[in-house]
Amino acid sequence: MTLPDPLFSTNKAALAARLKAILPAHCLLLDEEDLRPYECDGLTAYRELPMAVCLPENEAQVVDVLRTCHHLGVPVVARGAGTGLSGGAMPHAHGVVLSLARLNNVLRVDRVARLAVVQPGVRNLAVSEAAAPFGLYYAPDPSSQIACTLGGNVAENSGGVHCLKYGLTVPNVLRLRVVSIEGEIFEIGSEAPDAPGYDLLALLIGSEGMLGVVTEVTVKLVPKPELAQVVMASFADVSQAGDAVAAIIAAGIIPAGLEMMDKAATAAVEPYVNAGYDLSAAAILLCESDGTQEEVAEEISRVTAVLIAAGANGIKVSQSEAERVRFWAGRKAAFPAIGRITPDYYCMDGTIPRRRLAEMLAAITVMESKYRLRCANVFHAGDGNLHPLIMYDASKSGEWERAEAFGAEILELSVALGGSITGEHGVGIEKINQMCVQYKTPELETFHRIKAAFDETGLLNPGKAVPSLHRCAEYGRMHVHGGETKFPELERFDALSRRCRLRTKRALHHC
Amino acid sequence: MHYRGVVAYEPSELYITAKCGTPISEIEAVLAEKGQMLAFEPPRFSGATLGGCVAAGLSGPRRQQAGAVRDFVLGVKLIDGTGQVLDFGGQVMKNVAGYDVSRLIAGSMGTLGLIAEVTLKVLPQPVAEQTLCFALDESAAIARLNQWGGQPLPISAAFWHDGQLWLRLSGARAAVEAASRKLGGSVTVNAEKHWNSVREQTHPAFAAPVLWRLALPSCAPSPKLDGLQAIEWGGALRWYDGNLESARDEATRLGGHAVLYRAPESQRCREGAFAPLPPALLALHQRLKKTFDPKGILNPGRIYAEF
Repeated sequence: MTLPDPLFSTNKAALAARLKAILPAHCLLLDEEDLRPYECDGLTAYRELPMAVCLPENEAQVVDVLRTCHHLGVPVVARGAGTGLSGGAMPHAHGVVLSLARLNNVLRVDRVARLAVVQPGVRNLAVSEAAAPFGLYYAPDPSSQIACTLGGNVAENSGGVHCLKYGLTVPNVLRLRVVSIEGEIFEIGSEAPDAPGYDLLALLIGSEGMLGVVTEVTVKLVPKPELAQVVMASFADVSQAGDAVAAIIAAGIIPAGLEMMDKAATAAVEPYVNAGYDLSAAAILLCESDGTQEEVAEEISRVTAVLIAAGANGIKVSQSEAERVRFWAGRKAAFPAIGRITPDYYCMDGTIPRRRLAEMLAAITVMESKYRLRCANVFHAGDGNLHPLIMYDASKSGEWERAEAFGAEILELSVALGGSITGEHGVGIEKINQMCVQYKTPELETFHRIKAAFDETGLLNPGKAVPSLHRCAEYGRMHVHGGETKFPELERFDALSRRCRLRTKRALHHC
Repeated sequence: MHYRGVVAYEPSELYITAKCGTPISEIEAVLAEKGQMLAFEPPRFSGATLGGCVAAGLSGPRRQQAGAVRDFVLGVKLIDGTGQVLDFGGQVMKNVAGYDVSRLIAGSMGTLGLIAEVTLKVLPQPVAEQTLCFALDESAAIARLNQWGGQPLPISAAFWHDGQLWLRLSGARAAVEAASRKLGGSVTVNAEKHWNSVREQTHPAFAAPVLWRLALPSCAPSPKLDGLQAIEWGGALRWYDGNLESARDEATRLGGHAVLYRAPESQRCREGAFAPLPPALLALHQRLKKTFDPKGILNPGRIYAEF
């Protein structure tokens, strides 16, 4: 039972009647058993049942749903494939989940202009598959790419193992068609560069469903490199591996991908996919080079020299496409592989300056003892993006709370080391408290004003991504500097935390 | 101009932070010592500063390969219209916490805030570069550029003027040499001077007193306009001179937009520099402008008269 939310109180019968009038029966879910699969996204520790799930099949229905919700004052949570890891698509108890999964057509692939126009429910990998006959592909490749959708990628500004060289979602999107909460359609960006006006693409991409609902995405396609090869390097010491990452970048090399896995991660992965990883190594690095035959040969030899100089005690270069794919298969399967050896795991997503990698790893080792939980480490090392996987058992009393505190400490250390609480998974509901650590009051206020410029009523994904100042005041214990709290003007209160604890209890019950 | 200087530079982290008044040339000199560069090749004009560069959002020839100014902005320190100092973004490549205000600021012409400090992503200079030259007319050049663009070739810049197409290759030495053999054309000597004249717009193609800048889908056919001066960015940027009444309509028809890049004062008063926005989008822009500058004191009327 959720505490009543004074901001939104919806009469379910009235809402259902209005939605039935605008959507065919097969596009609307209202019964509890049908709503249950939508109660969480990839972050399963946080769950909430929505009032209704709408599954529109065209843009006109999206407009109708938004107009109706706006009219009734009902919160709307847009959702793609629900693979997000920060709870961004967790429903609102008094709201509607707007699933874009059925808007799943590739509308156009233009080989000459090198772009694709797709609906938001198209899967990430499906874009590259549609472009493959023309020797082109869509560069961002989150590890959930077989399932995650472009709409979700836009909402989260998703990355992947190749964004070191090709960037996150933001430089790869040319144009968006967006519906506002009022049901108004607008287009931002263009197939031509430098669209007039402010760079609204930058604002919308990564806005976590807070500013508008995307109904069409135009993405840039890039030529498939002639060749890609991976170097796998073993290190006897984790900090050496961390230093090797900085050494590669300092040598003027921007590899297509540069990943690191520690011993706990390789030990979990190897029996699962037989990637051929060196299990005696304290850490391995995977460094991919792509381009023309000549380019790759030159880069691989430079990378190898840097790795050896940095203390690598084993080097293996993929000798075939099959071997390259196998090396990556282990990295891409890291999350499910960890899932096999522990009842539950909690995936973090901090970013730190590369040169602080070794320091962070040492701190995580200390935290493992402190919280009495194991942690496997998988990093997009090239861009300093950490994915520590904290292993816990939700059925054991207190373990989730310890895992959550462990994660929070990693994120707050990321900020202290000069990084960010999220590199590519988004804030969602998960890191909302840590936003109070990363940003000060004036920036948070600006975020709220930006939100209001797009969504005055605050109905799009309320409570996510940007914390209220009250929430930060409550979390203010993190900010006690020299005896002063950060929000002295605000009264302490704990309604939200009470609600979170209740929700966590319910979540554990479901697990 | 007096608020200048590099605040932080970490070559292995690929970023540089500097105060707004730092000349672009000074930043580039610091980067060059470590073999790095501003990959979007902003014009330096005479003494262009970092703040001006980000506010104007102008990118140079390498944009077609490396990306635009906004793609390299990692963080900004901004003073908004109420005098608040705001810090957005940071010094790491990947950061999706909060709305991406740093990139929004690129090209905002000082209408959202005073840019006090900027952190830019930097990249290593290419190991090798070579420039090829081809004799091609306008439509052949556009066709060829788009055809090459769909292939994995290390093309980092293109410039067409008066029947000649210059193509710059950048990357690993072996890759540049292989691409050069594959593409043919004649190798240009003194290429650096040529690309500099494109970047700084000192090339005769940019000399006209009235200059239109058309951004189009790279494969768009020739606009029905006279006065084509130059083509850049793989076909996506086309420069025209003269008083062109139909420039805006033609650009729109072809899926792009036209900027009146340079004109005498009298003409600039008559028509705005930038393509007008549809009403819903203009209203959204005005609301955004208000969130940063509620009293409308920052560069009033710039970009659009309504601002």
